[in-house]
Amino acid sequence: MAPAVRRRLAAFVCAWLFALSAFAAAAAAELPALTGRVVDNADLLDAATEARLIEKLAAFEQKSSDQIVVATIKSLDGEPIEPFANRLFRAWGLGQAGEDNGVLLIVALEDRKMRIEVGYGLEGTLTDLHSKLIIENTMVPAFRAGDFAGGISRAVDDIITVLEGNAAELEERARRFEEQGVPFDWGITVFIVIWAVVFFGGMAGAILPPIFGRKIAPNRYRWLGMNFTYGSGGRRRGRSAGGWSSGGRSSGGGGFSGGGGSSGGGGASGGW
Amino acid sequence: MPIALPFTPGLRAFLVLVLALPLLSACGFNAIPTYEEQAKAAWSEVLNQYQRRADLIPNLVETVKAYAAHEREVLQSVVEARAKATQVQVSPEMLTDPDAFRAFQENQAQLTGALSRLLAVVENYPDLKANQNFLALQAQLEGTENRIAVARRDYIEAVRLYNTSLRTFPTILWARFWYTEAEPMQNFTTTEENMNAPRVDFGNGG
Repeated sequence: MAPAVRRRLAAFVCAWLFALSAFAAAAAAELPALTGRVVDNADLLDAATEARLIEKLAAFEQKSSDQIVVATIKSLDGEPIEPFANRLFRAWGLGQAGEDNGVLLIVALEDRKMRIEVGYGLEGTLTDLHSKLIIENTMVPAFRAGDFAGGISRAVDDIITVLEGNAAELEERARRFEEQGVPFDWGITVFIVIWAVVFFGGMAGAILPPIFGRKIAPNRYRWLGMNFTYGSGGRRRGRSAGGWSSGGRSSGGGGFSGGGGSSGGGGASGGW
Repeated sequence: MPIALPFTPGLRAFLVLVLALPLLSACGFNAIPTYEEQAKAAWSEVLNQYQRRADLIPNLVETVKAYAAHEREVLQSVVEARAKATQVQVSPEMLTDPDAFRAFQENQAQLTGALSRLLAVVENYPDLKANQNFLALQAQLEGTENRIAVARRDYIEAVRLYNTSLRTFPTILWARFWYTEAEPMQNFTTTEENMNAPRVDFGNGG
């Protein structure tokens, strides 16, 4: 490849990457923030219904670990609802990590579209057909009559009914989540700590004693109760101290957040 | 008492290796195989979803036949397109082969076209549209088309990362000197129109 061509190629790749990242930033900017289990940006729900929904969804997550989130937005800005719902679902990370047991019920007011986006882990329970039936039989008639609050809360009831329908599977999922509730891998932690002690300890032993230690003989230093000897052949040292403590895992604060689940586009959409 | 630590050349080489390993991964030594495996996994998901669509079609064709047997031409074109699409299989190892990839893509696009023609024809048969079995198949097909779209987007992104890693610093060094057989993977090139799922209208608005 001629250098000129290669340079042009490099410039092209750079420009392409830049354009892509700019596009990604622009596309991500329009996603609403996950402020709670009900994100009512289009203001379709009255305060009482919203409070009731939040309570119901929190109770259901408590029981099953499934995360259901209701989102209403004013407009999709021309984007089809399916990719938007998928993007939003993944950005919010609904459902527990590894279980992917989240459900996103999204309503776009001006586009007159709604979608139930189902995480990977619930595709078998809340099938595309279930989602379609909930949309067509519960939401569409209510929405046509102008009863958004009723349509949404009855749809949430239906979703919970379907997810509860398979009680054995529900309990199994909740139990699995509890077991892996503390994702803390001791093997890896111990390995990292040992590795860090060997790696940084060796470096510290080579560098720090001459700086901080007390010189007791040529090429011999005493620091932290240990003797360090430096010489042409190598280094001698004795150490008597040890022990470490591993840091705790930071736990999430108050408020609601997605558990890190993902969706592969399961569910159904509809319009009214 | 100080303990003697033998500092033989072997030990020195080992220490250099221990020191160098984290640096190697920081320089992107692992990036190329990691991205490659991610792209292959994303491709498996694409195949999986296309297969799921192909599995739905015989049932769909049978259901439509029961109500609209004389739409033979449209039904036949769906069956043929499905046969052709299932013939061309692109395994993850063949992703660097432009011809195989293009054949796969064209066949699947043809199947998409045939399916959308079939669903357009169905609009003329109210009895069929009201059939519960058909509604179920339609919902599944719609869901599968959406999953295909998601799987394709994921694959496009995974391949973008992989191909970029083969051409950008510092990973390009590893591509040149170590992973010499790593080649860029093919990506979907169809236009936006072809990527859209066939419109499925349930006849009650939307």
